[in-house]
Amino acid sequence: MAGKKKLDKASSKATLKRILTYIQRYRLSVAASILLATLTVVLTLYVPVLIGRAVDLILEPGRVDYAGLLEILKKIGIIVLVTAIAQWLMNHINNVITYKVVKDIRTRAFNHLEVLPLSYLDRHPAGDLVSRIIADIDQFSEGLLMGFTQLFTGVMTIIGTLLFMLSINFWITLVVVVITPVSFLVASFIASKTFAMFQKQSQARGELTSLIDENLGNLKVVQAFSQQKEAQAKFEEINGRLAGYSLRATFFSSITNPATRFVNGLVYAGVGTAGAYGVIRGFLSVGQLTSFLNYANQYTKPFNEISGVVTELQNALASAARVFELIDQPPIVKEDDDAVKLNAVQGKVGLEHVHFSYVPEVKLIEDFSLKVKPGQRVALVGPTGCGKTTVINLLMRFYDVNRGGIFVDGNDIRKVTRQSLRESYGMVLQETWLKSGTIQENIAYGRPDASLEEVIAAAKEAHAHSFIKRMPQGYASVISEDGGNLSQGQKQLLCIARVMLCLPPMLILDEATSSIDTRTEIRIQKAFSKMMEGRTSFIVAHRLSTIREADVILVMKDGHIIEQGTHQGLLEKGGFYAELYNSQFAISG
Amino acid sequence: MKRLLHYLSGYKLESILGPLFKMLEASFELFVPLVVASMIDVGIKQNNTPYILRMGGLLILLGIIGLTCSLTAQYFAAKASVLTATSLRNDLFSHISHLSYTEIDTVGTSTLITRMTSDINQVQTGINMVLRLFLRSPFVVFGAMIMAFTVNVKAAMAFVVVIPLLSVVVFGILLISMPLYKKVQKQLDQVMLTTRENLMGVRVIRAFNRQKSETARFEEENGLLVRFQVFVGKISALLNPVTYIMINFAIIAVVWIGAFQVDAGIITQGKVVALVNYMSQILVELIKLANLIIIISKSVACMNRVDTIFQMEPSIKEKENAGADSSQDASAAKVVFDHVSFLYAGAKEESLSSIDFSVKKGETIGIIGGTGSGKSTVVNLIPRFYDVAAGRVMLDGMDVRDYPLDALREKIGIVPQKSVLFKGSLRENMQWGKKDASDEEIYHALDIAQAREFVDGKGKGLDLYIEQGGRNLSGGQKQRLTIARALVRKPEILILDDSASALDFATDARLRRAIKENTEGMTVFLVSQRAATIRGADQIFVLDDGKIAGKGTHKELLNHCDLYREICLSQLSKEEVEQDGR
Repeated sequence: MAGKKKLDKASSKATLKRILTYIQRYRLSVAASILLATLTVVLTLYVPVLIGRAVDLILEPGRVDYAGLLEILKKIGIIVLVTAIAQWLMNHINNVITYKVVKDIRTRAFNHLEVLPLSYLDRHPAGDLVSRIIADIDQFSEGLLMGFTQLFTGVMTIIGTLLFMLSINFWITLVVVVITPVSFLVASFIASKTFAMFQKQSQARGELTSLIDENLGNLKVVQAFSQQKEAQAKFEEINGRLAGYSLRATFFSSITNPATRFVNGLVYAGVGTAGAYGVIRGFLSVGQLTSFLNYANQYTKPFNEISGVVTELQNALASAARVFELIDQPPIVKEDDDAVKLNAVQGKVGLEHVHFSYVPEVKLIEDFSLKVKPGQRVALVGPTGCGKTTVINLLMRFYDVNRGGIFVDGNDIRKVTRQSLRESYGMVLQETWLKSGTIQENIAYGRPDASLEEVIAAAKEAHAHSFIKRMPQGYASVISEDGGNLSQGQKQLLCIARVMLCLPPMLILDEATSSIDTRTEIRIQKAFSKMMEGRTSFIVAHRLSTIREADVILVMKDGHIIEQGTHQGLLEKGGFYAELYNSQFAISG
Repeated sequence: MKRLLHYLSGYKLESILGPLFKMLEASFELFVPLVVASMIDVGIKQNNTPYILRMGGLLILLGIIGLTCSLTAQYFAAKASVLTATSLRNDLFSHISHLSYTEIDTVGTSTLITRMTSDINQVQTGINMVLRLFLRSPFVVFGAMIMAFTVNVKAAMAFVVVIPLLSVVVFGILLISMPLYKKVQKQLDQVMLTTRENLMGVRVIRAFNRQKSETARFEEENGLLVRFQVFVGKISALLNPVTYIMINFAIIAVVWIGAFQVDAGIITQGKVVALVNYMSQILVELIKLANLIIIISKSVACMNRVDTIFQMEPSIKEKENAGADSSQDASAAKVVFDHVSFLYAGAKEESLSSIDFSVKKGETIGIIGGTGSGKSTVVNLIPRFYDVAAGRVMLDGMDVRDYPLDALREKIGIVPQKSVLFKGSLRENMQWGKKDASDEEIYHALDIAQAREFVDGKGKGLDLYIEQGGRNLSGGQKQRLTIARALVRKPEILILDDSASALDFATDARLRRAIKENTEGMTVFLVSQRAATIRGADQIFVLDDGKIAGKGTHKELLNHCDLYREICLSQLSKEEVEQDGR
C-alpha cells in the first residue's frame, strides 16, 4: 500500500466527520448498539460483586447461608444469560452497521470510477485504484468494526470497573490505579522498539520479494545464461540480513504479552496484599477481596485493547482518506442539457486547429487540422510509442481538446451527447479487452439484446465462428479474466465480432503488430476490409498495403503529427515517411 | 512434515528449551491462586500481617520468575523459527533455480513465488507459535484442572464437565466459521476482479456506453459480499457469549459445591476462591489454543505445498559422465535435428513431430509460422531447455544430451520473446552474457544491437541504472539490450526468438544488417512472424502445426510453398511478392 501515511489532526478530523455522515443512515442501529454495550458492561462488572457476596456467605463449617447463596447464584445465572444475549446482539448489530457502511462507500467509489475522466485513470495505475477500493476499504472496515466493538466497551469497562471498585473500597482502588499505568509504559516502550525492527524487517522482506519476483519470474532467462549461482549468492545475502531483523522483530514483539502479564501480576499481588491487610483491619470482607482480585485480573485488558484499537483506527482513517480522495476527484464535464443526439451519421469528420497535450509542459498536437469525407480511410503511421492513441483519445472524446474543435457531421463533439458520439464509432484496439463471461455475452457487449443468431452472424463475418465452434461449449464457453484461455489473435477476432454486431458508421481500428499468428492475421485483415467498406475509418496501420490504400496518411513521431498527405505525395516530399518506407524496402535480409 | 522436522533438528536445543521454559512459566502461574488462598486462610484467619506481606512478596517473585522464563522461551522460539525458515528459504530458492523449463511450465512462476514468500513466512509463524503456545495452553488448562483436584475432588468435577464442553463449543464455532471466512475472501476477490476488469477495459466500456450495467453488476457482487460477511459474523459472534455463559455456570456450580464442602469442614473459604480463579484461567487459554490450531493447520498446509515443490525433480539432468569423452566434431554440421518429436508435459498432442533439418556453420536460418506452430519450441530444444520425446538434436556432431549443461549453453546466445532485464547497472546486465566482458566488448555488442545511440543519449554509459524489470526503458530499448546481452558472449549460435517485435521496421532492418556484418561464422536463428525479417535468410523453415511445411530460400518457398506465399501476401504488397518469386 504505497503512500500510506499518518494523517495530521485536521484532516483526520475531516475524514472522521465524513465517515460519520455515512454512518448517520444507521443511527438507530448505532443507538441500539451503544445501549446494549452499556448493558453488557454493567452486567459483566456486576457478576464479580455477586460472586464476592456469595463467597462471603460461605464462611466456615456451620456458617453457610444456603438460602442466601441460592438466591445470589440464581441472580448470577439470570444476569449471565441476559449479558450473553445482549453481547451477541451488540456484535451482530455492529457487524451489520460496519459491513453496510463499507458497502455504501465501496459502491460509491466504484460508481465514481465510471464517471472519472480518463485523464485521471490513465495517470493512476490500475493496481493503485484497485487497492483503494479493495484493500483500503477492507482495512477501513476492520478498523471501524474494531472501533465499534472494542473502543466503546473498553472505555466503558475501565470507567465501570473504577466505579465498582470505588463503591467497594477507595484505598485498594488507589493501588490498582497507581500500578496500572506501568503496563501502559511498558507496552509503549516495547511497541516503539518493535516498530523500528518491524520496519527493517519489512524492508528486507520487500527486497527479498523483489529479488524472488525478478529471478523466479524470469527463471528461464536466468537458466539460459547459467546465472543460478550468482542469484543464489545474492539471495542468501539478503536472506541472512532478513534473518537478523526477523529474529529481533519477532522477539521484541513477543515480549509484549509476558510483560503485560507481569504488570498484571504486580497489580494482582498489590491488590491481594493490600486487600488481605484490609480484611484484617476489618474494612473489607473476603468476598469483596475476591471481587477485587477479579477486577484486577481484567482491569488492564481493556487498556491494551484500546491501544490496539487506536493504531487500528489511525490506519483505518488513513485508508478512508485515500478512498475519499478518489471519490472527491472531479468527474467528467457534464453534458449540456441541450446536447445534440447524433443519429444517421454520414461520417464527415473535421479537426479544426486542434491543440492538445496531456501535460501543459509537453506540447503535443499544435494547430492541427484535417478534413475527412464520409467513407474515407485515414491511416496513422509511425514508430511504436509515437502517440497514435492520442488521436483515438480525442476522436472518442476520452480527452477534450485544449483548443480548436473536432466535428462530426458539422457538430462540435463537445455539444453532442457522449453516448451518441461513441455509438457512432466502432473501436477495435490492439490491447484487446474482454470481460469475464461467455463468448456470446462478449460479442453482444454493445447490444446486449442481440439474439444468438445475430451473434453468430457477426462472428461469421468476423471470421471468428470457426474457432468458437471448436471450443468445448461453443458460444456459451466462458472466457476467464482478460481472455486468458484465448490466443491474442482470437481475442482480437472477438473484439471485431463485437463491433461487427453494432456496425456503426465510423471505425477506429488498431492493426496488430507481430504477436498474432499469420493465419489469424490474414483473417483479421479480411474482417477489417469488410467492415471498412463505405465507412469512415481511422486505422493505426502497420501494414504497407493498408497504408498505401489510405486516403490520408498521418505520420506521427514522439506524439506530434509531423506529416500529412497521401502515400505518393509523402514519398515525393522525402520526409520522415519516405525514410520509414524506404528502410523497409531498401534492405532485404 | 518430515522435512520440517529435519530443518528444526538443526535447532534442537532451541526447539526443546523454548516450550520447556514456557511450561515452567505456566506452572508458576498455576501457583498464584493457591498463594492467594493461603493469604485468606492463614494470613487473614490468623490476623498475621507479616505472613500476608510475605505472600505478597511471593506473588511478585512468582511474577518475576515467570517473566524470565517466558522471555527465555520467546527468544528460543523466535530463534528456532526464524533460522529454520531462513535455511528453508535458501534451500528452496536453490532447488527452484535448478528446475527445468518443464517444471516451471507446469507449476507456473507465480506459484513458485508464492511458495518462496508467503508460504514460508506462514511456516515461520507456525513454528514460532507452536514452540510458544502448543505446550503452554493445554498445560494451563489441564494444570488448572489437576490443581482443582488437589483442592477438592467434588468441586473439581465441575472442571471435568466444563472443559470438554467448552472445547466442543470453541472448536465447533471456529470449524464452522473458517470455511465461511474463506467464502467471504473468495467473494472479496471477485469484487476485486470486477474492479480491475473495469479499469482495464474502461475505454471499451465507455465506447459501448455500458457504465450502467457494469455498476449494476458491481453492486450485485458487493451485496453478496455483505450477505456473506453478516452471516459469518453472526456465527463467530456466538463465541464470546456462549463461552461466557458456560464458564459462569461452572463458577456457580463450583461455589455451590464449595459451600457444602466448607460446611462439612472439608475445605476452607480461601480454597473456594482459588477454585473460582482456576476456572477463570481456563477460558483464556482455551481460546488461545483454538486460534493456535487454526495457525497450525494453515502452516501445515503451507509446508505441504512447499514440500511438493521440494519433491519435484528437474527433468533435465546432466549425464553422469557428461563431457568426459567429447565426440564433438567441428567438421560436422552445426545443428542437426534428426527426426525430432516433442510434446509438452501434460499435453495430448505432439507439439513437434518428426522435424528434420541440418544447418551449416555460419548460416542464417529463418523460422516462420503461426502461433502454436512450434517455432519457439524448435529453438528451445537447441540449448536443451526441454528434452526431445523422440529423435535427437545434435550440436557439432554430438547429441546435446551428452554435453554438460553449462558447456552447452555457453555456446548459445538466446534472446527470448519477452525482453527481461534485471535490477542493476547496464554493465552487470551485459556481463550476464560473459562474466569478465570488458567495456569495449560490451560497447561493441551494443553497437551491433542498435542500442548504442540511446545508451549514449542517457549519458550514464555502462553505469546506467536499470530498474527492476527494466521499467525505466521502453519496450524497444529493452529488446535491443537483451539482444546485446546475448551478443556479448560472442556465441557460436545466436537465437532471436521473435525478439524484434517491438522495433520499428527501420531499426529491425539495420539490426539484421549489423548482425550479418559483424558476426563472422556465427550461426543465427531468426524466429519471426514478419516475412520481411526472415526473407533474406539462407534457409527458411515454414512451420505449420508442429511440422515443417516448407524449407528453402525466400524465392524457392514463394514458388513452392502455398502457406509461405499466403503469409507473404498478407504482409507484403502483391507486386513485391511477385517480383521476389521471379
